[in-house]
Amino acid sequence: MSSAVATRAEVCVVACAEAWRGDGEILASPMGGVVPTAGARLAKLTFAPELLLTDGEAMLAADVPALGARPRVIEGWLPYRSHLALVAGGRRHVMMGASQLDRHGNQNISCVGDWRRPARQLIGVRGAPANTLNHPTSYWIPRHSPRVLVERVDMVSGVGYDRAAAAGPSAARFHRIPRVVTDLAVLDFETPDRTMRVRSLHPGVTAEEVRAATGFPLDVPPDVQRTRDPTAAELRLIREVLDPAALRDREVPA
Amino acid sequence: MTADEAVGRLESGMTIGIGGWGSRRKPMALVRALLRSDLTDLTVVSYGGPDVGLLAAAGRIRKLVASFATLDSIPLEPHFRAARQRGELELMELDESMFMWGLTAAAHRLPFLPVRAGLGSDVMRVNPTLRTVTSPYADGEELVAVPALTLDAALVHLNRADAHGNAQYLGPDPYFDDLFCEAAREAYVSCERVVDTEEFAAAGGPQTLLVQRHCVTGVVEAPGGAHFTSCAPDYGRDEAFQTAYAKAAADPDAWREFAERFLSGDEEDYRAAVADSVREAS
Repeated sequence: MSSAVATRAEVCVVACAEAWRGDGEILASPMGGVVPTAGARLAKLTFAPELLLTDGEAMLAADVPALGARPRVIEGWLPYRSHLALVAGGRRHVMMGASQLDRHGNQNISCVGDWRRPARQLIGVRGAPANTLNHPTSYWIPRHSPRVLVERVDMVSGVGYDRAAAAGPSAARFHRIPRVVTDLAVLDFETPDRTMRVRSLHPGVTAEEVRAATGFPLDVPPDVQRTRDPTAAELRLIREVLDPAALRDREVPA
Repeated sequence: MTADEAVGRLESGMTIGIGGWGSRRKPMALVRALLRSDLTDLTVVSYGGPDVGLLAAAGRIRKLVASFATLDSIPLEPHFRAARQRGELELMELDESMFMWGLTAAAHRLPFLPVRAGLGSDVMRVNPTLRTVTSPYADGEELVAVPALTLDAALVHLNRADAHGNAQYLGPDPYFDDLFCEAAREAYVSCERVVDTEEFAAAGGPQTLLVQRHCVTGVVEAPGGAHFTSCAPDYGRDEAFQTAYAKAAADPDAWREFAERFLSGDEEDYRAAVADSVREAS
């Protein structure tokens, strides 16, 4: 019998879904995890039905399948080359993962350590430089820790607010990082100097906990909001429709 | 021609583009032929997958031009990772769209093409030769001038080809194989099956005819030639084999054993060894 009380993973799914609220008819690209994927699908099933979603490969899905399932109806074709054109055209909001993320929103998925001979080679910059300069880019961090939220990233793959500003109007023109969702909180950059702040703490999380898990000084206003709970309808969709196998619990353990 | 004949026309020191994407429709039979050859000192241009891994493990790559290297279902390419961590691989690390425009510039015989991607990122720091270009129009935008990625040779794998070099993809994504061929002085296409030209129409619409013969130097019939990467709809990725590859790559002794078993003979030996390993597993 499922509980009416949402798990942390379910709160995170809804917090990710909220990233796409009000985005209109654009491609939602959830990457780097089960939770943002469930979030994008939840948004489409509830408050953002006009979102476009892919099947994870070259097709646009008209319906919203469960995690791991194939869509029944294909509404469009988006091979990599079209996907890159769509990125440049700006009608997209990606939620990427981050091996490192700093207070200005610079993100690293390339390598840890000295780039010339990294201590840990990761995947490479992939599309992060293009994503961050062309359309809204949010981040999902399943384990909020000082190893991820660092003072300085080792290789700027995704561009942060300070670097976009310094690189000039062409870089800053379409640059925006709407939110960062972690297993502890929702963060954003809605501060005068465009540095990271806590937008809301997930239920049961203390300000001290978040500060201790962050590798740079982080302001948590005393009247900080709580991340909203999923509605009963959202919980039903997450548990019965989108993720009946509870894959989300592996990403964010209860 | 055979894969070995195609590779026999290449030289050490060349800049070689490899088609496909990650662990998808990679010209693996041609890569295996490269491993059998004595070619070395290569500049490899690739949306990297196990092609990059195998060549890096064999010490054939002097310089890699890439945005990433991945096995898709296994996020990190283990040999690429190890080579980088040993400081063995010179890398030109580009954003994915910079990579596409670099190939496009080469295909169009342009010295560069402007892109927004790259500005503000460390792609500019780690590639100190990259320059920006300022729009001559009223906007005055300053953008990255991605240099042409001109290739000496391209290696790609498609589902079908005719003997003249026309080639057809039948899966959901063409990737960038046409662009690789157009950016190269010579292109070698391997395919699952060489067909008569008139058979193309029955297999798919005209838009499936991705590569044209005027860009192609040689055609190689290589059934299973993308193994262990995917080659939809002919076959999916061999996940079990890829897992074994990644596991072996993590340990030098295991890798020697793997290379001895699968990579010491010709393509027929490879197929036989793979079939053996499938029988053992079942």
